[in-house]
Amino acid sequence: MFRRQGQHCVASFAPDEVRVLRKVATEVVGLLTDGFDHTDPVVDRLFPDIYPENAEDSAEFRRYTEGELKTAKIDQAGAILAALPSSSGGEVRLDEEAAEAWLRGLNDARLAMGIRLDISADTDLSEELDDAVLTDPTSSRVFQLSVYAYLGYLQESLLSALTE
Amino acid sequence: MSAIGTDVAVVGASFCSYDGGVAAPQTTPVQTPDVESVPTIDRPWITVVHDDPVNLMTYVTWVFQKQFGYSYDKAQRLMLDVHHKGRAAVSSGARERMEYDASCLHGYGLWATVEQP
Repeated sequence: MFRRQGQHCVASFAPDEVRVLRKVATEVVGLLTDGFDHTDPVVDRLFPDIYPENAEDSAEFRRYTEGELKTAKIDQAGAILAALPSSSGGEVRLDEEAAEAWLRGLNDARLAMGIRLDISADTDLSEELDDAVLTDPTSSRVFQLSVYAYLGYLQESLLSALTE
Repeated sequence: MSAIGTDVAVVGASFCSYDGGVAAPQTTPVQTPDVESVPTIDRPWITVVHDDPVNLMTYVTWVFQKQFGYSYDKAQRLMLDVHHKGRAAVSSGARERMEYDASCLHGYGLWATVEQP
């Protein structure tokens, strides 16, 4: 988890954490590039209609702004990938600009996973995780819920280190 | 796919950075004093943020401070409005300005829309 060290937000990552963060950030980049598809609910959530009642105005606005927004989101995920240590683990040291890019990038990853995991306002994450473990501890849902929870803690710790 | 990772330059603050000089000053439309009823076209638009089960409350507060330069108290009040009422108007003004605000909020992953009340 991140902590403040002078002008930087610093965290140590174990090999497992590096692997997970790299996987997640790479998948976000994939969603925004080769896999970009407006019928995907994740894309819908990351690029919401600006005028929900007016498809035409929304599409018009999208035409002018989507490219830039997409680039920004790819850069945000790229900032995570660029700062990650090698697969053997190590330290990540972020200045303010990089920390903000990480915050946005982690948030995009959590939004994407939240859609895939069907997270709603009523979801109790630890309850959800317990249920999934009872059903099948080796399932991908257990893994994804753990990653989702982990990303939340990580984002929270980075935000608190940044605004300390 | 794996090649994308390390080659991407870190462009942190370029998109909608609050203090990056990209943003136009926050303005409200000038209303002509001698006009009784303000025509629709001059009525201010608003940027609305909708509640979302994923975004952290602390993060949403931080985004409002960052994007609009709001005080912590104001940003937190707006975040709580979003959380409890399902939505809140977070800025108002000319339509183009609201579109800009909403687009920036999308950059942060908030669910934002624009409307004219």
